[in-house]
Amino acid sequence: MTTKDIVLDHVSIRFGSYTAVDNAHLTIQGGEFFSFLGPSGCGKTTLLRCVSGFSEPTEGRVLIGGKDMKGVGPNKRPTALIFQNLALFPLMSVAENIAFPLEVRGVSRKERRKRADELLDMIALPGVGDKKVHELSGGQRQRVAIARALAVEPDILLLDEPLSALDLKLRHHMRTELRAIQQRVGLTFIYITHDQGEALTMSDRIAVMNAGVIEQIGDPESVYNRPKTSFVASFVGETNAIEGKVVLQSGEMVTLETPLGPLQGKAAGGRRYKNGDSCYLFIRPEQMELKADAEAPNTIAASVTKEEFEGNSRILFVSANGVDMRVTRVNRGGSDGMVTGHAVTFAFDPAHATVLPHGQLAGA
Amino acid sequence: MNKGTGGGPIAAGYSLLFFAFLFGPLIIMVITAFNSSSFPRITPWECFTTEWFDELFGNERLMAGLVNSVIIGIGVVAISVPVGLAGALALSEVGPKVRAALYTVLITPILIPGVVLGISTIVFWGALGRSVGADYGSIFFDGMFLTLAGQVTFIAAYAMLVFLARLQRFDPTLTEAALDLGATPGQAFRKILLPFLSPAIGSAAFLTLLASFENYNTTVFTILSGNTFTTTLASKVRHGTDPSLSALAVIIIAVTLIGAMVHEAYTRRAEVMRTGQAARSKVYGNPVLSVLAHPAMVLVLLLGMGGSLAYKASQIDASVCKQQILDEKRALQEKLLEEQRERIRTQKAGTPAPAAPSSGPAPSSFGGAFNPGSLAPGAAPASPAAPQSPSGFGGAFAPGNLKPN
Repeated sequence: MTTKDIVLDHVSIRFGSYTAVDNAHLTIQGGEFFSFLGPSGCGKTTLLRCVSGFSEPTEGRVLIGGKDMKGVGPNKRPTALIFQNLALFPLMSVAENIAFPLEVRGVSRKERRKRADELLDMIALPGVGDKKVHELSGGQRQRVAIARALAVEPDILLLDEPLSALDLKLRHHMRTELRAIQQRVGLTFIYITHDQGEALTMSDRIAVMNAGVIEQIGDPESVYNRPKTSFVASFVGETNAIEGKVVLQSGEMVTLETPLGPLQGKAAGGRRYKNGDSCYLFIRPEQMELKADAEAPNTIAASVTKEEFEGNSRILFVSANGVDMRVTRVNRGGSDGMVTGHAVTFAFDPAHATVLPHGQLAGA
Repeated sequence: MNKGTGGGPIAAGYSLLFFAFLFGPLIIMVITAFNSSSFPRITPWECFTTEWFDELFGNERLMAGLVNSVIIGIGVVAISVPVGLAGALALSEVGPKVRAALYTVLITPILIPGVVLGISTIVFWGALGRSVGADYGSIFFDGMFLTLAGQVTFIAAYAMLVFLARLQRFDPTLTEAALDLGATPGQAFRKILLPFLSPAIGSAAFLTLLASFENYNTTVFTILSGNTFTTTLASKVRHGTDPSLSALAVIIIAVTLIGAMVHEAYTRRAEVMRTGQAARSKVYGNPVLSVLAHPAMVLVLLLGMGGSLAYKASQIDASVCKQQILDEKRALQEKLLEEQRERIRTQKAGTPAPAAPSSGPAPSSFGGAFNPGSLAPGAAPASPAAPQSPSGFGGAFAPGNLKPN
C-alpha cells in the first residue's frame, strides 16, 4: 500500500431519503488511471466530492494512503480536483493561477514564478505565464488547470468531466494528452465521465455506475466484452438488446425464445439459468453480419428502416417483428443500395452474444 | 437615426424637449448663481458676481452641517459596507427557504418610510438609554450617534443589494477550487472572493455615502437639535432662498461632472488595456495622448481648469457694476419723482378748485393714486414741503401731506 492508494470502504452517501451513492466498496491502486463511468445523476460526482473532501460519507470510510480522511478538509487532503468548468481564477494571470497553491503555502514570489514556468514547460505552454486566462483557448485552459492541480504536488488527481466543454477533435487530442501526463507524473488519476469513449481509451480500470450503485469494475476490455449486468451491456458501447425467455442451457450456451425466433448466446460469467427466466440477449452492431443464407442458426430476417452514413462506417437501422436493431458495416466506398423497406437477413456468432438477466437498460 | 426606428423631426423635437426637461432646471440654476440679484433669477440680469459663493462658505450653520454630514457619511460607509457584505454572503450561503425569509427581513428597512425609522430610532435608543440610567449627555441622546444608527439600519440593505447582484455572478466552484488547492477559508475569501467583489465594494461605498449624505426623512428626527448639511439646506429653503443655494448647486454639478469624466477616462483606458489593443489605438498608442488620456491626468487637468476659472471669476469685481445698477435705480426714481412734481405744478397752474383726479396726466403706473396732490381736499395752497421730498414713495409719508389743512 502506497500513499497514492485510495480505499472506499462501504461508502454510502445520502441526502435525506435520497441515496446518491450506495455501498461503494473498492480499492484504487497507486498510479492507476481509474474512471467512474455512468449517466448524469448516477452519483459519480458526489463520490468524487467525497474523496476530495467537500462532503463526508454518510456511512463507511474513505482512506487515502491507508489514513481515514474523516474530518480532513479539502485543503488538507493530498488530492487535487480539476473541476468540470476548470474553475481557473479569472482575475489572475496564468502564472498566478498555477502558483496559487504555492502562494497560499507561503512560497516566495520568485520561487513561485520559477515553479510556474517549469509547470508551463511541462504542459508544453511555455511563455503564456503573463496572459490572462480568457486569452487562452479551451485546450490551453485545460492544460493550465492540470498544471495548477499538479503544483500542489498531490498524490491523487481527481478529474470531473474536464473534457466535456471541448470540441470533438480537441477532446480526442486531450485524451491522449491526459494519459501521457498521467504516465509521466505517475499519479493516481480518478476520472469522472459519462462518455464511455473517454473511459475506454484512457483508463486502466473502469467502474460503471448506475443510480448510485457500482455495477461493474474492470479493465476496459472486460467491461466492453464481458458486461456483468444489462445496464453495463447497454451503457458501454452500442448494442442491440433482444428480450426473450430461456428455453435451454447447455454449458455456456443459452437458447432464448425471442420474438425473432430462437437465438443463442453465451451466459455471462458462467451463470446458470432456469428455463423460463426472463433475459436479454446483447449483440454488438459490429458483430452482425449480412448473410444471404436464411437457414443457418442465429439468423434474423428484417427490413431496413434507414441508413446513417458516419464516414468510416454505415449504420443500418433494421426492424424485425417489432424489435429495432442496428448493424454497423465498415465503409469500403460506394453505396450498396440499402433503401428503406429493403429486406435483409443477417446472422451473428453465438460466442459474441451475451445473455444477461432482465434488468434496467441505459437510456430506458 | 433612421426612419425604421422612428427618426424624423418629431423624434428629434421630442428628444430636444426631453433633454430640456432634464437639464433645463440645472442650467437655469447655474446661471442664477452668478447673478447679483438677491433673489435667484435670470432676468433682469444685473451683474456677474461670485459673491454668492462667499456667502455660501460664510454660512457657518451650513458649513457645520457639512462637517457633520461628512462625519456621518464616513461612519455609515464604514459600517454599512461590511454589514451589507455579511448579509449578502449569508444570503448566498443558506438554503432557498431560509433565504426567502431572511431576504424579506433584511430588505424591510428599505420599505419602511424613513420618518418611521427616524422616530423609532430615537424612541428605541432613548428607551435603552433610560433603562441603563444614562443621562441626556450620553451617547443615547447624541444626534450624531442616533443619525448614524438610524441611517445604517436601511443603508446597509442598499449595500447588501449591490453585493447580492455581484455575488450572483460569482462561480462558487472558484472558492472550492481555492480550498482544494490548499487555501484556508480565510485565504480563499481574501484572495478569490474579495478581489471579485472589489468593484461592488466601490459602488456600495459610493452609494451608501450618497444615501447618507442626501438623507432627510430619517435624519431630521435623529439629528435632534443638531444639523446636517441636508437639514440645514431644507430649513434655509423654508425660510426664504437666495442664490447661495445656486452656488452650492454649481459646486455639486462641477464635482459630479469631473467625477464622471475621470471615471469615463478610467473605464475606456481599462477596456483598451484589457483587450490589449493599446498599441493599435490612436489615442493610447501615441505617447503624448496616452498620458493626456490617463484618468489621473484628466483629473488634474479638469481640476486645474476649474480652479483657474474659479480664480478668474473671483477676481472680477462686481462692485463697480453693482454701484452702476444702484445708480440706475436711483436715477429712475429721480425721474419718476420729477415727473410727479411736474404733474403737481401743472395741476396748480390750471383750473384750481374742483379738479378731478383723473383729469391730470398720470405718468405713474399707479395712475396718480398716490399723488398727494390729488388726495388733498382743498388743494389750493398745497404744502410747499412736498415737492422737495426725494423719497421713492412720492412723498406720501411726508408729514406735511398728512395735515388736513
